[in-house]
Amino acid sequence: MNRRKFASKLTLATISGVLGTKLVFGNQMPRHYIPLGLQDPDPFKLFQKDSEMVLLNDKPWNMEAQAHLLNDKVTPNKFMFIRNNGQIPEKIEGKSWTLTINGESVKQKKEYSLAELKSKFKNYTYQLTLECGGNGRSEFNPPAKGNQWTIGAVSCANWTGVRLKDVLEDVGIKSDAVYIGYHAADTHLSGDSKKEPISRGVPIEKVMQEETLLAFEMNGKPIPIAHGFPLRLVCGGWPASASGKWIHTISVRNQVHDGAKMGGTSYRVPCETVAPGSKVEDANMCIIESMPVKSLITSPKSGALVKKRNTVTINGHAWAGELQVSKMECSIDFGSTWQTCHLEQPMNRLAWQHFKVAIDFPKKGYYEIWARATDENGKSQPMVLPGWNPKGYLNNACHRIAIKVV
Amino acid sequence: MKNNFQKQVKLLSGVLSIFLVLIFILFVGLFYLKNNPSFLQPELEEELVEISKEENDQIENGIHVQTGFIDDEHMDLVIQNCTSCHSAKLVTQNKMSEEGWKATIKWMQETQNLWDLGPNEAKIVSYLAKNYAPEAKGRRANLEVVEWYELK
Repeated sequence: MNRRKFASKLTLATISGVLGTKLVFGNQMPRHYIPLGLQDPDPFKLFQKDSEMVLLNDKPWNMEAQAHLLNDKVTPNKFMFIRNNGQIPEKIEGKSWTLTINGESVKQKKEYSLAELKSKFKNYTYQLTLECGGNGRSEFNPPAKGNQWTIGAVSCANWTGVRLKDVLEDVGIKSDAVYIGYHAADTHLSGDSKKEPISRGVPIEKVMQEETLLAFEMNGKPIPIAHGFPLRLVCGGWPASASGKWIHTISVRNQVHDGAKMGGTSYRVPCETVAPGSKVEDANMCIIESMPVKSLITSPKSGALVKKRNTVTINGHAWAGELQVSKMECSIDFGSTWQTCHLEQPMNRLAWQHFKVAIDFPKKGYYEIWARATDENGKSQPMVLPGWNPKGYLNNACHRIAIKVV
Repeated sequence: MKNNFQKQVKLLSGVLSIFLVLIFILFVGLFYLKNNPSFLQPELEEELVEISKEENDQIENGIHVQTGFIDDEHMDLVIQNCTSCHSAKLVTQNKMSEEGWKATIKWMQETQNLWDLGPNEAKIVSYLAKNYAPEAKGRRANLEVVEWYELK
């Protein structure tokens, strides 16, 4: 490719020209380092993802896992889905990063350096399930607009940080606080610097939960850039868009936060259920809060050929947003009969739970294994698609894998 | 007194002749530069880099290789107007009716800084609605297995 030769011949000055910005400390740039903006867009190398991950979009970057990649109890970075609404910030200086707490409902505006946050407040680590609100969108009929996630936009990593409630207590918030909204360093696709790609938030009740973190580590290491380095708000069990990446400001609001992607059809579903394909007025749309009960068979991979006399062990995870999963079942006959699976307790609240079951097949043939979780309130996953909504959120239909007994 | 005057004249004429030489050199230099404009440029190893049009516009099996768009009338308009902010992948993975594509364009104009498409809008919408139309999927599709493998 001639283009590569061209890039290698560029001088520092030209690189700055191409990027449209001055490269600070360009003279200290390691000789073999190519700035992010110019790198060969191989997202698997760029974000250290496994080559079996599926790229849905390259501007902005969106990538999902396949079910069999998610077998680990704690999701490693290489199998973690990437969801972006805007462009990943190009220059992030972790050392000089600050977090500002402002808004109508703070007693006074306050700013913390990253080091101050880490040392001033007690650090906590929780394993937290983050699932994209649109996970499963590809199945909706009529189709819903957006990245066509199948089943892989979910992860459950260890997040380390400080409790948001501890920080807000230190700042002092007024009694009229009802919501927080985050502001972050990612940039709008149109290049308009006045526009935020996404600025969402959660009600104050969610903020006050012990597991709601301002996180600076994922799986014991600084958060990878694609997942929000150096600071991410993590609200486990809610649509992952509530867990803002590259956070520099938290606004404490006396009204429901009105940032980008808080209104319209974004991360909202009809308040009252509608027929597939209906047009829904903005006024009749409600913000998604807790994600619904769901599960995933992560082993074996779909498409297994099995000898008749062999028992097959099924492994997977189940989660239920704010709730715990109380029962897990599998079926090999399209839901006519169900076999109860062994279900582990979660590592902590809002972490997914692992399940396991040994299955014997009565005779040769094509089978589908269906998995169905039930939450502590007795709600189970539907076997067909749940309620249609304009943007195709909250598809928690049973996960299925195909097996042939030969 | 007289000696001093002569000394000054000598000095002045000396200075003047130096200036004359300098001006002459400057003129010669400018003349050279005019004819060889690259003379003062930093030495860049020049090599023509060809990004061929064919490479970028190749169509294979009815698909535009670079973007993944289905090759059809008005595809060029779609590439020009729809891929400067976001990836073509955001278009090609979606399926919408004419009404749906129109609503999406309207949403992008209202919230995402998409410009007025003028008379091109109808052409773009017709390309999208024809090539990326919804298919009835029912309430649950059959499972697709990419590759059967022996489970050990």
